[in-house]
Amino acid sequence: MNIWVDFLITSLAFGAVFMYGSTGEILTEKAGHLNLGIPGIMCMGGAGGCLVLNLVGKSSLPGFLIVILGILGALIFSMLCGLLYSFLAVTLRANQNVTGLAMTTFGVGLSKVIINKLDSNIYLIGPKLLYRWPFAERRDALQYLGVLFFLAVIIAILSSWVLFRTKVGLHLRAVGENPATADAVGINVSRYKYVATCVGSGIAGLGGFYYIIDYMASQEAYLSVEALGWLSIALVIFALWRPHLTIVGSTVFGILFSCASYLANVKWLNITMATTPLLKMLPYVVTILVLIISSIRNKKENQPPTSLGLSYFREER
Amino acid sequence: MSNVSKAETREPLIRLSRRASITPRKAWTIRIVAVLLGLLVCGIAAFLLIEKLQSNPGKIGEFYYTFIKGSFSSSRRIWKFLKNVSILLCISLALTPAFRMRFWNIGGEGQTLMGVLSAIAVAFYLGGTVPEGVLLLLMLLAALLVGAIWGVIPALFRAKWGTNETLFTLMMNYVATFIVSYFLIIWVPSGSSSLGKLKYGKLPMIVNEQLLTVIVVLLLSVGLYIYLTYTKHGYEISVVGESVRTAQYVGINEKKVIIRTMILSGALCGLAGYLIAAGADQTVTTNSVGGQGFTGIMVAWLGKFNPLAMILTAALIQLLSQGASQISQDFGVNNALPNVIVGIVLFFIIGSEFFINYEIHFRGHSKAKGGIK
Amino acid sequence: MERQIALQMRGITKRFGMVLANDHVDLDVYRGEILAVLGENGCGKTTLMNMAAGIYYPDDGQILIDGKEVVIRSPKDAFDHKIGMIHQHFKLVDLFTAAENIVLGLKEEGRYNIKAVNDEVAKIADRYGFHLDPAKKIYDMSVSEKQTVEIIKVLYRGADVLILDEPTAVLTPQEITRLFAVLRRMKEDGKSIIIITHKLNEVLEVSDRVAILRKGEHVATVNTVDTNEQQLTEMMVGRKIDLNILRSTPVNAVPRLIVEGLNLYNSEGIQVLKDISFTANGGEILGIAGIAGSGQRELLESISGLQPVANGKITFNNPKKDRPVSFYHKNMKQVRELAEKGAFHDRNMNNVSFHGMRNKAVRKWVESGDVLFREDEVMNLRDKDPLEIRQLGIHLSFVPEDRLGMGLVGSMDITDNMMLRSYRKGRAGFVDRKKPRAQAEQIIRELGVSTPGVSTPVRRLSGGNVQKVLVGREIAYAPKVLMAAYPVRGLDINSSYTIYNLLNQQKNNGVAVIYVGEDLDVLLELCDRIMVMNSGRITGILDARTATKEEIGLMMTQTERREEAAHE
Repeated sequence: MNIWVDFLITSLAFGAVFMYGSTGEILTEKAGHLNLGIPGIMCMGGAGGCLVLNLVGKSSLPGFLIVILGILGALIFSMLCGLLYSFLAVTLRANQNVTGLAMTTFGVGLSKVIINKLDSNIYLIGPKLLYRWPFAERRDALQYLGVLFFLAVIIAILSSWVLFRTKVGLHLRAVGENPATADAVGINVSRYKYVATCVGSGIAGLGGFYYIIDYMASQEAYLSVEALGWLSIALVIFALWRPHLTIVGSTVFGILFSCASYLANVKWLNITMATTPLLKMLPYVVTILVLIISSIRNKKENQPPTSLGLSYFREER
Repeated sequence: MSNVSKAETREPLIRLSRRASITPRKAWTIRIVAVLLGLLVCGIAAFLLIEKLQSNPGKIGEFYYTFIKGSFSSSRRIWKFLKNVSILLCISLALTPAFRMRFWNIGGEGQTLMGVLSAIAVAFYLGGTVPEGVLLLLMLLAALLVGAIWGVIPALFRAKWGTNETLFTLMMNYVATFIVSYFLIIWVPSGSSSLGKLKYGKLPMIVNEQLLTVIVVLLLSVGLYIYLTYTKHGYEISVVGESVRTAQYVGINEKKVIIRTMILSGALCGLAGYLIAAGADQTVTTNSVGGQGFTGIMVAWLGKFNPLAMILTAALIQLLSQGASQISQDFGVNNALPNVIVGIVLFFIIGSEFFINYEIHFRGHSKAKGGIK
Repeated sequence: MERQIALQMRGITKRFGMVLANDHVDLDVYRGEILAVLGENGCGKTTLMNMAAGIYYPDDGQILIDGKEVVIRSPKDAFDHKIGMIHQHFKLVDLFTAAENIVLGLKEEGRYNIKAVNDEVAKIADRYGFHLDPAKKIYDMSVSEKQTVEIIKVLYRGADVLILDEPTAVLTPQEITRLFAVLRRMKEDGKSIIIITHKLNEVLEVSDRVAILRKGEHVATVNTVDTNEQQLTEMMVGRKIDLNILRSTPVNAVPRLIVEGLNLYNSEGIQVLKDISFTANGGEILGIAGIAGSGQRELLESISGLQPVANGKITFNNPKKDRPVSFYHKNMKQVRELAEKGAFHDRNMNNVSFHGMRNKAVRKWVESGDVLFREDEVMNLRDKDPLEIRQLGIHLSFVPEDRLGMGLVGSMDITDNMMLRSYRKGRAGFVDRKKPRAQAEQIIRELGVSTPGVSTPVRRLSGGNVQKVLVGREIAYAPKVLMAAYPVRGLDINSSYTIYNLLNQQKNNGVAVIYVGEDLDVLLELCDRIMVMNSGRITGILDARTATKEEIGLMMTQTERREEAAHE
């Protein structure tokens, strides 16, 4: 197949990591919480999934059940992290930045300790083929698009639909924009914050799991999840807080991130080794530009949620 | 909320109110209890994660002893501990003026890394061609300047257009990382991307390698304490941080203060980078700062943005992480264990702030109760 | 046919700490009527209605709906009993459309269909004659449109009793006419409408009955057709009470602050100051009376350099002619510079230049009092920020309404708050805390501030003590002009008198004092002249010794007929 189509498909597959991460982060931010713990939570999602796969990977369970158990493991671990974050940042009203950073420190560390103890022969070899249904037998780039890739696209679109087309989404956005108003019309602010953070964390956790088990399927993959987590937070800005735009954004990020190795094959471009880091830097530079431009244009829809970073305390109504 | 007379039937079980005041003694008691609880949970976590402990639970005493051992068992370790505390403290000190102004500079990692890079760049290009003293001075100037530039860019956009500084400074960290890997590829054509120790640009030994760094940072914390507490600039920073309206009322130009303070904050990060480059590593990698830019945020926050209190919090965090690395060596666990330990203790300290800031009233008790007694 | 009572409030009492906001208030509202609740600022009318809307819970008393006692603890409870309130500060999410705000928080069965909501909203709007685009975002809306959204939000939830808090305060005359038409249509539809207001002509124009509140008590409820402006004013302001505030006769009052033709627009482009002209004299207290939000705050802020004015003049007059130079406000360098410019003369009208004289000799000569100013200083204050005004050497003090949000820094101690004005003194980069500390101690001693010490954060002090610190600081700065906005709001009697005495002292020292107040009794006894403001205009400047409460009350509340205004 054409090298360019291959390139596009692998970028898409790689981008799914960001789709998970930033869709999860968007849900949390829409509830008014800047969760800098997402990198750690993604790592923990990966660890949870691998742990479960390590337990059931060699059993005689049917394949689809193993797939589902793996996903559940990732969800449970990352949602527990989300719950801990919510308890500190919502109930105990702790500083969101500090709580998030502590969560990342903790999550990255714990996931490494856990995965390091597991047997990569069990949690990697079997699942790879299972997760790449229906293209597992292909030898071209299509083999990268598996169950979890499509799940990422579905979740991103579904999240957008919930956020912008349903009553629940309306209430959630109201909580992130103006919690006092939401409170006044009888919306349970804390419950929305909890649910959004936990669901968001669960989605992000799937991203870490996907990267380790499916996209990379390598023993060292878990070491680079953290960096992808930070990139996911960047993508939130790039996607202007709209989950469906993460599909486009993550593809762009994926292309920018992996284009260096492809561009090296193109003779007339005359790419040297030194250009690689500059190309990898592009997603962040573009994100900064998006941030600056949207603050200059000051279009209300493209700004961070108004109460982002602030805890809500009713005190006296 | 004075609806006590008729509201008993539906008064919630737990009601919160912001504390008007708390004595420092009570506040510190709450914090110390939190740290101890955190360490207890660390012990439980260790028991779950470390096989050697599961097979021999009596070793739990050794587990706690190793925290101390990791940092203090030999003079070499003590010095290493002091140096690490100093670097971490230096970064947190650099962030403090910005935080006092409520400018969430989470770009300390990048600002410091740019400081390391520029100091090493000077040493790389000029090393051997100019006297060592001049070289060290030039390295310092480069680190301060580049750190300041890295810090002031987000500040300019925040002052002019209100661009969200948290997200901006966060992104700048990664730009810095890739600039470093770019230069590494240029400087090391072999492709190994590892620069190796440079021969030039090393701070002179005073007694030993670490003492100079320790002295510089101690002086810096005292100096910064004086700057924030006793100078006009420090006073303006506090006013702008508390209330922009008050600042305008007394004629303080808050944009100028934001820009000026971020130049300082970035330059001090540059200084931390210089200490890493010329005082210890003499090389640069993408991991030269090793996440201390983020840890520094927590150190500053835990120390209530007070430069002198931060000496203690930096030491606490360093003690935990160095002790935990020792544990991972002695007990044969993955070297990421320190992160887990530090994370757990941080959760407890973060949570404890709630009991310092809020009072909890239980239904049926007319008297207010603090969270931890 | 007997008219049905929709909402009844019986013996409602509400305390906030020491203050009795409502004292056994009774109120009835019938179906299909418009009831006006009339009273001055702080008479408890909003507090009373907040209890019907579930914002506060009464300490004592009952609320009955259709004759049955109900318990209202939250806005949601109020909605369940079909009561809806439109607050002065709108509670809307800026980023949402009108329709989205209207359905926010409603738990309805079935799928959320914004189109159906839009249709429903349009139907309600049509029925009562509103103009509203349901798909328009709140941030694109004018104040009047936002109010419409709030009203429809309440109607959409099926409210039968609508409470509107000062609904006309933010509207243009045309918008008021339109609002009243809508209210009448709702009345015909059988709704009960309560409007909280202090504007007499609107009461007479739109209401069926008027309930008058004064100082937390219900004075009377009368039928609108049976009353007139004169009678309502009397009931609203009450009889004059003697307060025994000492007032001295101004001695040689000289013009200090001259404001001419000042116009100011706020950030939303609405004109908040209209052609303001007045003079504040040194040695007298000029009171500013007016309903809250008539432009008092904006006036003081534009004088002190916090708000850029559209046009007009603000000048500071420093009468110095033939008065001796002193080192009190000027240092040696300034004195020498002024002498070079020919600003001084001696007793024999000869020019003084200090050429070639040593500092010691200059000091001796100046301190002997024989060096005199040649002319008065007149300085322009317009388009200068607070720092520039200070650098001109103009001693302008301002006690703002928002004490902890603007005048003081809550987390700082008294000493550091003293420094807010003076921290720039001294050439070195360090602040000098010695003098501010001494000043803080002096204020604590002389004004009787009760505090654990000078290093207590001011946030922890009680309201009266906070105000003493703020006023004390502004006075310590040796002002020539002292502006105070609601300086006794929320203070107990003793603290209030401390503040009155301080202001009187300043007046006797020759300071031009501007006092913005809400209690007419205080204004009448404390001030020398009273300037009345009404919707951004000056409606009169009266002699406080001869003016009556009713006179001022009318000037505060009367608006020119809207028909005329609409033709402008």
